[in-house]
This record gives sequence, structure tokens and C-alpha cells, in this order.
Amino acid sequence: MKFILRRVSMFLFTLWAALTLNFFIPRFMPGNPLLSLEARTRGRMSHAALADMLASFGYKPDSNWFVQYVTYLKDMVTGNWGVSIAVDLGEPVRTMVFQALPWTLGLIGITTVLAFAAGTVIGIVAGWRRGGRLDSWLPSTFVITSALPYFVLGMLLILVLSNWYNLLPGDDTYNTNILPGLSPGFIGSVLQHAILPAAALLITSIGGWILTMRNNMITTLAEDYVRMGRAKGLSNRKIMYGYAARNAMLPNISGFAMSLGFVLSGAILVEYVFNYQGVGYMLLNAVSDSDYPVMQVLFMLYTVAVLLAILAADFVMVWLDPRARAKG
Amino acid sequence: MKFFKSLLGNRKAIAGLVIFGLFTLISIFPGLFTTYHSPDALSYAPRLGPSTGHLFGTTSLGQDIYSQVIYGTRQSLVIAVVAGAFATVLSVLVGVSAAYIGGIVDDFLSLFTNVVLILPTFPLIIILAKYAGQSDLVMVTVLVATGWSYGANQLRAQALSLRNRDFLESARVRGERRSYIILFEMIPTMTSLIVANFLGAALYAVTAAAGLQFLGLGDQSHDSWGEMLYWAQNQEALQSGMPLWALAPGLCIAILGASFALMNYAFDEIGNPALRPVRRKDLRKGATALKGADNVLVDVA
Repeated sequence: MKFILRRVSMFLFTLWAALTLNFFIPRFMPGNPLLSLEARTRGRMSHAALADMLASFGYKPDSNWFVQYVTYLKDMVTGNWGVSIAVDLGEPVRTMVFQALPWTLGLIGITTVLAFAAGTVIGIVAGWRRGGRLDSWLPSTFVITSALPYFVLGMLLILVLSNWYNLLPGDDTYNTNILPGLSPGFIGSVLQHAILPAAALLITSIGGWILTMRNNMITTLAEDYVRMGRAKGLSNRKIMYGYAARNAMLPNISGFAMSLGFVLSGAILVEYVFNYQGVGYMLLNAVSDSDYPVMQVLFMLYTVAVLLAILAADFVMVWLDPRARAKG
Repeated sequence: MKFFKSLLGNRKAIAGLVIFGLFTLISIFPGLFTTYHSPDALSYAPRLGPSTGHLFGTTSLGQDIYSQVIYGTRQSLVIAVVAGAFATVLSVLVGVSAAYIGGIVDDFLSLFTNVVLILPTFPLIIILAKYAGQSDLVMVTVLVATGWSYGANQLRAQALSLRNRDFLESARVRGERRSYIILFEMIPTMTSLIVANFLGAALYAVTAAAGLQFLGLGDQSHDSWGEMLYWAQNQEALQSGMPLWALAPGLCIAILGASFALMNYAFDEIGNPALRPVRRKDLRKGATALKGADNVLVDVA
């Protein structure tokens, strides 16, 4: 019970800190929505008219900042997210977010899970066959791939597979000539457009999982209970998965939860390079247009996603690991 | 001495050090590596392919790509090293003092560390870099502010395990001041983890800085690899037959990042002999190697 209380208060405090930062950073720095809107309309509308229009959408920079802050916190929590004050002037932020969210969750979420699953299995095998052929070249290779910036790899993939050989599309989320729907053509097009960005992410993120899993596995294999398993005459398979891998995975669970939490915010550059219209792409646009309402909501969602993931990881740990239960 | 010997015996460490040394040399004496000394000048025909005169060709504005890569090295390297160093100092200060002082100070510092760790870093950096203006100072500050928390957690954990060791107890009995104990007794014992943290933070700084510059949020007044990527993307270099404009700086970023990652992993192997690659030579010397490993393990525990 104390454990849950501690966790929940930590959750609320972090959320508050993130929301507060996100309120004050844009407001205490140069540039504001009015200026960028003026730049975009190129003086076709007067300053006062634009200010009036933004005010009607809820942007009132001159009112008391404390009142603004309290209203902002209340609106964020109650889901009253307001409307965009940039290109899609007046478009509810909620609609925009729900349009972009499935793309990011689908592309980056699935890739993150795949990278974790594949990396863990490869790491288990490499650690088990210590000194084998796989284990001899694997660490150096994946130390290097995990240091590759994924936008550079993405550009390389676009160049080779999309520009030179024209095998796969290198931008957009689907072929816009196809009507969105549950038709095989549309689904095929979506999958086709996801291959390159997913490959870039997979190649750069799988190395970390393989290496940590291999290293955990090697440490675990030296434990007494593994020797005990051998002495009992258990099959290799049983020792490998049931004894060693099961324990070696525990430290990676929270790392996996963190990376699931960072799915929404972590792949901004991937979406940028591949013009993939997910929430990261949306944030970049919002930042360059000083679209405060959109920025605020996205930033809150990013933080909530990480917090939920960590909370879930804690509970999964307690469920998987009796030692964590005893400590709790 | 023993430490340097094991460093030189590790292939990954050697590879990482050589790459890092080469880039350092280039960034100190860029003039030695190219005959063009004003890489931003629009002195040549645009869109030339690679040739002996222009190793990587020219940009769509007629700048020599190779000399831009050479002159861009300094900026990328300096940001990585400076941001990595400051982030490490901050992690050490916060992590070690939290562990050593304990109590409410520890509670507060740990909470602070965890909050920073959870904040969505890259969006925050983008927002900060966008609004704080585009200079190297802002870039480094932003990278330090977001890059220290992971290391602080690790260092705190190690410092906690050291706290009740005898040599610290004896320092306390001698009546040393707390600051003396932290600075001269605890921190030297944690050197290898601190260096590993620096390498991790530097790797983070290389990729994050390049990413920001690629988005056009860097200092535009001098060359850097990320800046080149920004212009290459802006001018659609990949689509219009100037792939080296984007690939050359991109690969340099990747190689510099790989050098930090290799050194970092080598540190792991040195600190934990169980992880070292198994070679035939070692198998023969198995008995002696095991003995050495036991000593190190006792040391770590």
C-alpha cells in the first residue's frame, strides 16, 4: 500500500513539473503565436484583428499569468484541450491528436516491441553460447549499430532503397491516391510505407537490447541456481529459458517500459526524415508555428505515456519477481 | 598502470581511441587535412560530382563538401566533449552527494533526478532550443540539463554501496570534513564508472546535437556536421544527385558516436571480466585468467 502511494505521488509530482515547464518555457522566451501568424498572413490582416481572433480561441497573453496557469492546468487535466492557433486555425487539438496518434503508435510502438523481443532472444542465445561464433562478432557489431543516429540511417535507406532502386516509398504514411479504408490496397500501402522507417528504428534500437541481454545472461549463468539446475540434470532448454533467461530479463523490463513510454516522443526525427505524419511530426510543426495549445497537449501526452509505462513496469516487476514483492 | 594495460589490450578500446584521436587531430588542425580553407565560400561550380579536386563533390551552392566536413569536425567534437563533461560533473555532484548525505537531501535529489529522467527529453530540447535562440551555448546548456539524470542515478547506486566501507569509516573517524570525504575518498574510487558515464553522455550529446542541427535548431554561424545535414535535406541533396553532401557528415556523426560507444563498452568489459570476448589464447590460460577475474570481482563487491 505504501508502495502504491509513493508511486502515485511521484506520478502526480512529475506530471505537474512537466506541465509547469511546458507552460513557462514558451511564454518566457521570444517569439509568440501572434508574430508567427502575422508572418504567415504577410500583413494582409491587421495586428489588432489577429490579436482579437487569437483571443477568441483562448490565447490571452496579457491577462494575469497566474490565472492563465491555473486555467491551463485545469484544462489539461479535464481534457479541455482547446483549439489550434496555427495553420489549422480553430481545429480542435483533440481531433488533431487522435488523427496522428494511430500512425505513431502503429509504426513506432510495434517496432519497439519487435526490437525488444528479437533483441532479447538473440541476446539469450549469444549469452548462452558464450564464446561461440555468434558471440564473437555480435558485441562489436551491435555496439556500432546502436551508436548510429537513426535519422542518418533513415536517409541512407531512403537514398538506396527509394531513390536508387525505387523499391520502397521513402515518405508519407500511405499512397494518397488510394482511398483510406479497410481495403487490401490501402493496408498494403500503409505497410509498404512503414517498412523503411521501421527498419531504421529496428536496426538502431535492437543492439542495445541484445547487448544488455547478453551481459545479463552471462552474469546470471554464473549463479548457483543455474549450477543447481545442471546438477539436477535438467535439460539445457529448461535451464536456458526457465532458469537463466527468466532472471536475466528482469533488469530489462523497466528499460523496456521506459522505451514504450518514449514511443510517442522518441521518434520525432524518424517522422521528420520520412515525412510520417505522426505526433512527432505534429510537434515539430507546432513548435515552428508557436502553436501553444498543440505543444502543451503533446508534451502532456508524452509525459503521461512515460509515467504510465513506468507504473506498469513496477507492477509487472512485483508480479514477476518475488524479491520485489518482499521489498515492496 | 594495470588499468592502462588492460585498456590497451582491448580491441574495442583501441578502435574507439584511434577514431577519437583522429577526429581530435582534425579538429585542432583542420588546415592540415584540406587545401580549401574557407569551406563556406561559394567558390566552385555547383553540383560537381566527386573528383580529385573535390573529394566529395560540391554543394548546390558550389561549396566544397570535403572541406566542410573537415572544418565541421571541431564543432561537433567540442559540443560532445564539453556537454559530456558538464553533464558528468552534474551527475557526480547530485548522485554522490545524494547517496553520501542521505536522509531528506537524498529523497529530494532522487526525486529531482527521477523527474528529469522521465521528462520527454527530445521534445523539451526542441522547445528550449527553438525559444532560447540558436547558439552553441544554448545547445550545450540544453544537452547538459537533459543529459545528466541517467548517470546521477547510476552513480548514486554505486556510492550507496560504498557508503559503509571501511576506508570511508576511517576517514570519518579521522575527523575529515564531508566535502573532503566525497571529493578525495569516494570519487576517486568511482573513476571507472564516472568515465563510462562521460562516454555515455558524450555519445548522447553527439547524436542529440546532430539531431537538433539537422532540424535547423543549431548555431548557423559556423560549420558543423548537423548543419550540413540540415542544408542537404533542405536542398534535397539525396533526390538530386548529391548524396555525399548528406552521407559524408552523417557517417562522420555515426563514426564519432561509434567511437564513444566502443570505448564505453570496452570499459564495461574491463570492469567486468566475465563479459570479455573469449579467445583461444585465453582458453588455454583459463586457470590464471579465472584467478585474476576473482580478484577483480572481490574488488568490485
